[in-house]
Amino acid sequence: MASVADALSGPYAGHQPAQRVDYVEDVVRAFVIATVFWGVVGFAAGLYIALQLAFPALNLGLEWTTFGRLRPVHTSAVIFAFGGNALIGTSLYVVQRTCRASLFGGWPLASFVFWGYQLFIVLAASGYVLGISQGKEYAEPEWYVDLWLTVVWVAYLVVFGGTILKRNEPHIYVANWFYLAMILTIAVLHLGNNAALPVSFFGTKSYGAASGVQDAMIQWWYGHNAVGFFLTAGFLGIMYYFIPKQAERPVYSYRLSIVHFWSLIFLYIWAGPHHLHYTALPEWTQMLGMTFSIMLWMPSWGGMINGIMTLSGAWDKLRTDPSLRFSVTAVAFYGMSTFEGPVMSIRAVNSLSHYTDWTIGHVHSGAMGWVGFVTFGAIYYLVPKLWNRTGLYSTRLVSWHFWIATLGIVFYITAMWVSGIMQALMWRAYDELGFLQYAFVETVAAMHPFYVIRALGGVFYLTGALIMVYNLVMTVRAMPEAAAVGAPRAAAVVAA
Amino acid sequence: MPTKVEKDAVSGTETTGHEWDGIKELNTPLPSWWLYTFYVTVAFGVVWSILYPSFPTGPNSYFGGLIGYSQRGELSASMAEAAAAKAPMVDRIAAAELEQIRADADLRNFAMAGGRAAFGDNCAPCHGAGAAGSKGFPNLVDDSWLWGGSLSAIHQTIAYGVRNTNEQSRASAMPRFGLDGLLTRTQIDDVAEHVLAITNRATNAAAAGRGATLYVENCASCHGAMGEGNQDVGAPRLDGRNWLFGGDKASVVQTINTGRNGAMPAWAERLDPATVKMLTVYVHGLGGGQ
Repeated sequence: MASVADALSGPYAGHQPAQRVDYVEDVVRAFVIATVFWGVVGFAAGLYIALQLAFPALNLGLEWTTFGRLRPVHTSAVIFAFGGNALIGTSLYVVQRTCRASLFGGWPLASFVFWGYQLFIVLAASGYVLGISQGKEYAEPEWYVDLWLTVVWVAYLVVFGGTILKRNEPHIYVANWFYLAMILTIAVLHLGNNAALPVSFFGTKSYGAASGVQDAMIQWWYGHNAVGFFLTAGFLGIMYYFIPKQAERPVYSYRLSIVHFWSLIFLYIWAGPHHLHYTALPEWTQMLGMTFSIMLWMPSWGGMINGIMTLSGAWDKLRTDPSLRFSVTAVAFYGMSTFEGPVMSIRAVNSLSHYTDWTIGHVHSGAMGWVGFVTFGAIYYLVPKLWNRTGLYSTRLVSWHFWIATLGIVFYITAMWVSGIMQALMWRAYDELGFLQYAFVETVAAMHPFYVIRALGGVFYLTGALIMVYNLVMTVRAMPEAAAVGAPRAAAVVAA
Repeated sequence: MPTKVEKDAVSGTETTGHEWDGIKELNTPLPSWWLYTFYVTVAFGVVWSILYPSFPTGPNSYFGGLIGYSQRGELSASMAEAAAAKAPMVDRIAAAELEQIRADADLRNFAMAGGRAAFGDNCAPCHGAGAAGSKGFPNLVDDSWLWGGSLSAIHQTIAYGVRNTNEQSRASAMPRFGLDGLLTRTQIDDVAEHVLAITNRATNAAAAGRGATLYVENCASCHGAMGEGNQDVGAPRLDGRNWLFGGDKASVVQTINTGRNGAMPAWAERLDPATVKMLTVYVHGLGGGQ
């Protein structure tokens, strides 16, 4: 596989047969490599901390390797490093093709976004291990990392938005609406939630602008919409390009895409308070978060309908194209977790599910099933295109990856459902005389077997990813170059 | 690219006429089940917002909903309900002497259940879920007691704790013989050898012999001439196998050097009297009660 530096060595000209556009694809290749790399890192970190929960001795008695420090390494690695690189990389690919325009700012600005984003990841992760953290879930990086990410993100907005402005198509494709909504909203969320005053210029510590329940509310306004706009809207952008491409079918409903886009964008931003049910947050705010979460159900499912129904007339492709199987299964997991979410936002349900592993299971059916699978589907589609290969090295290995990873998810989420609901019921159990039946530590001990099963699910998921890495490396190394159409390597040589 | 509406051969639906990188869109209408389910969720949101607290009416006020719900009200109601169910027995426990509770099968049964629940929530973090203790935290299932194993002694210990700020707290302090220069390093080693000798584990007979004198001068007043301990001052026995902070020589040396003064909260400050009584009966009934 070409090294990242190699991939970034300079602009090259790909072209379409009909109308030549010099797409910037070196950076997209670099993002694909980074996505795969950070994916493996993030999955491995997740497996390790899952094992720590089952076998606490793996904390090793060192401050740097405790669960508390490695947990944000895992969450940031999968959300921001794996997911973020997938989002930025695919968006830069998709926006060029669907606008028939090369990237605004060309490869220099896009390369800045790439290297700037990798620096952000490394700064954030190294901080966690050293104990530098704001203590805000999914927003752990301290002020200096936040400022750097702001610069990189603005550059990304300029690249993406600039490309849309210079497009050669009359309309903006739906995938780009979702990507742009993601970029803009994440910018607002990032600035709002990270408003903080550093203690000193050369120190890492800062104090947040808000405190108490207001801080909690802002944190979950951010946290929920990081899920809503980063992990939902952004990945819907991936779905809206790659599923029609893989299925070679038109998008099922243009009207549905408009209605579900705007209803999703409008409703999602209100739903954060459901993370703070039965807390000091005022009750009216909790109720509002709950009703908006329930109204969010159909807008979320609009994307699922559009994704799955796009396959009508092409269902047979699922037999022959396992990478399409990834994309479609991802949409099914998306549908499941966006139904589970509104259910869990109901206060009566939340009083059972909150603070238990059910929440962890819910997050992972979304993260492993939706975000992971739709990304794998896109990567399997992209790599032969980007490296100009005739096809993937082995569709059998893609199939293996699919089944192993699916099995891993099933192990993971069923273990967490059982563990979470069991613990919640144990917390509420009374004996016949009216006393609590179980001490807290008994509920923890009862979860042990499910923690082992969950870790096994992680082993499967990671194994699948490693199979993918092998398959992709072999695709680049061993597969013959595709025919003249758009032959990028040859074009680059000629251009040089 | 010019708009070119086509008819899709598979579905029979027209496209919108747009195309991006080969991707077209069908002009399928919204699925009606989708649209009506969406309307139902919106209607649910409206109805719920009328019934329950749902929007602010000022900086410090909000619309409270038609059915007068409040989460604090919900909590107090369910706590009151649980308390009412237990009230007849809890009142009898509160009124009874500890010995009466132990003698009456119903009261004892109730106290053991209530004590077990309270122990799990309050005591297990230090003494362990099974009350077997751990280093620095006494084992409560054996018959070796620091401050006494009778019902009244256990009640006193639970209610007022050990070495805390409560006026009735049990209090005593073992000197820091090494840190405060009361004994030299060699003397501490000698005393430790003597302490080991009480259980026939001395490694150096000469040192143990020298330590015997030092023990009489410095330790015997609390721990007793033969290491039998003293429950009046919470001085542990040194003649048994129960070593609170470890019975190997290094641990004994450290104990003499720095002193050991474990603490326990005064639970009467946190729990109601009936619960403290139930805990007493429960701990007493774990096996070592006297």
